[in-house]
Amino acid sequence: MPKSGSTLKISRRTALAGLSASAALLAMPRLGRAADETIRIGFPTPLTGPFAAEARDQVKCAELAVKLANDKGGIGGRKVELLVRDDKLNAGEAATRTLELIEKDKVHAVVGALSSAVQLAVNEVTRARGVIYVSISQSDTINEAKDFSKYTFHEALNPHMTTAAVARQTLKKGMKVAHLVADYAYGHEMLRGFKRAQTAIGADNVGEILHPFGAADYSTFMPRLMSLRPDVLCISNFGRDQANAIKQAVDFGVKQQMKIVVPVILHNQRLAVGPDVFEGVVGGANYYWGLETQSKSAAAFNAAFKAANGGAIPTDYGAYGYAGVGSLLAAMQTAGGTDTDKVVDALEKLQYDLTKGPQHYRKCDHQSVQPVLVLESKKKSAMANDNDLFAILANDTGSDDMLRSCSELGHAT
Amino acid sequence: MDLSLIIMQLLSGIALGAVLVITALGLTIVFGMLGVVNFAHGALFMIGAYAGLYLASLTGSFWWGLLLAPILIGGFGMLIEYVLIRRLYGRSIDDPLLLTFGLSYILVEGVRIVFGSDGIPFPTPPQLIGVLDLGIGFFPRYRLFVIALVAVVLLVLWLTLEKTRIGLIVRAGARDPTIMQVLGVDIGRVWLAIFGLGVGLAALGGVLAGPMRSVNPEMGSLVLAEAFVVTVIGGLGSIVGAVVAGLMVGISISLVALFAPEMATIVMFALMAVVLLIRPQGLFGIRGRTA
Repeated sequence: MPKSGSTLKISRRTALAGLSASAALLAMPRLGRAADETIRIGFPTPLTGPFAAEARDQVKCAELAVKLANDKGGIGGRKVELLVRDDKLNAGEAATRTLELIEKDKVHAVVGALSSAVQLAVNEVTRARGVIYVSISQSDTINEAKDFSKYTFHEALNPHMTTAAVARQTLKKGMKVAHLVADYAYGHEMLRGFKRAQTAIGADNVGEILHPFGAADYSTFMPRLMSLRPDVLCISNFGRDQANAIKQAVDFGVKQQMKIVVPVILHNQRLAVGPDVFEGVVGGANYYWGLETQSKSAAAFNAAFKAANGGAIPTDYGAYGYAGVGSLLAAMQTAGGTDTDKVVDALEKLQYDLTKGPQHYRKCDHQSVQPVLVLESKKKSAMANDNDLFAILANDTGSDDMLRSCSELGHAT
Repeated sequence: MDLSLIIMQLLSGIALGAVLVITALGLTIVFGMLGVVNFAHGALFMIGAYAGLYLASLTGSFWWGLLLAPILIGGFGMLIEYVLIRRLYGRSIDDPLLLTFGLSYILVEGVRIVFGSDGIPFPTPPQLIGVLDLGIGFFPRYRLFVIALVAVVLLVLWLTLEKTRIGLIVRAGARDPTIMQVLGVDIGRVWLAIFGLGVGLAALGGVLAGPMRSVNPEMGSLVLAEAFVVTVIGGLGSIVGAVVAGLMVGISISLVALFAPEMATIVMFALMAVVLLIRPQGLFGIRGRTA
């Protein structure tokens, strides 16, 4: 019997060879994993709080976009996973959750946020860490040079676009306009947009009243607003504030004296207060399911959403969730993976049409150039069914003219 | 600024104050008589609005909802007292506070599960839709009705407490429950009724607020904060205090809204801070009661 030591004598050369082979063996499954590793997309949104209804619609539609991608075999063979986090409509909470998504969950990109202040907090975090962020919250500031980075994209409409479209449909030269505005970023941006459109049209500003964010009672603003005797009242606030403000304005007989106009008319709030209150109110929108008679993409999106959600129809904010995640996934498909620079490049070149017509991200500020709708809330007797909420007054095709110029926003041109 | 505008503004302040009074009243009565700080008061206000809406749609009339919801939810309040709160009498004030705080979460989540977290429309009763021409301006009929109804409720409550035997027992029970027991009064039953009354008033506030605001699971949280501010200004446990402070807060909010609208919410807290600095026990509070 030979001694084991003599036969198993290992030379330095074989040892090295063996080591590198085993290193290769260890490395190989890693390489394999990297190729079919799931693509993780972080999705912070305010699931609790006053915008919970809108946030839930965002999640449903974002999940739909992910499901459709996975059904087609994923992105370059990799499965896509959506990691939804509750930002509680709080900038600090959103920053913490986003940081966790990046550091702990190793997400490849972030999509989401609903409030304008919260999206800026998310953007701070993603920008500092070089992670792509597709914002689906309405805001003007995110386009401006000081908050911009090459990783920041804005899929949602911005106040400048919606107020201009609404003003074109409702204001005329010489009209008197009063404003009731929520006293925070969103309200201020909408007011600025309306005033700019007003000046261009030649309408007169007769007064502005700022109300605290999240107020339940608006009665105390009504006598003053009525005494201003405007032709049009612009109510620039969001979520339940919109529902409460319009409802109480109607209680005070405001509609008999003037037309009520909002920058963005909200599907869920119209449902929450009913047709009589909203009757005749005009506002902008990114999406309305009734667009399906005019747009093939809308019909396809509605059908996919209905199939996944037991026949329900997608809402305005839902469509943001779908287009935000959908455009990102389309760019990842083109880029062949999750390499950040390649995806950024692909997003900048992307032409997409997911819900309502052709869209693309403008090169200088990454704002999505897209169609803007103007809707009017229908009278109860004119509704064909429970989902028949609005009449489409205008569907403006997306163009760069709708946006503030790159140089105005402070970008190098 | 013309006088008619200021009068209209005062009127909307009184209407706003009326809802504050009715919610703060329930809170202050329960604290004054039972020593319980009811953190579920806002949630019960919200439950009241939902119950009113449900009963109104069941019976086809707002008036049945307005009448039955406070009774039904008041009864539910008595159940809460009998099953949960009763066990905590004689313990530190924090215990019922924590209990009701937890309860408020359960109630809000319960409503979210049953009715969803979206708001539900609460139609104004057809008789009260529209505005009334007061000569100096238009004012919603429904809000005028709310002012009138709250005035009636206050009158009935005051007469009951001051002029009836039940009121006498209740007032005596708040002063010295031990003596009352010695005198052969079942103080437990009095407490049960008082808690039911407090919760019933919260529910009444909810039903009244329903047609003015959107009805949703979170509608009570802001109301709870407002009701606390009003009770602190008026003096914890003081009924007169709740009435005076409620109207004072409503009118202050309204008048500030005329001159500096963005300050409308803060004025209520500023008022509370000033009152606490000058009279820590509140306008009508008794010194040492809050300790």
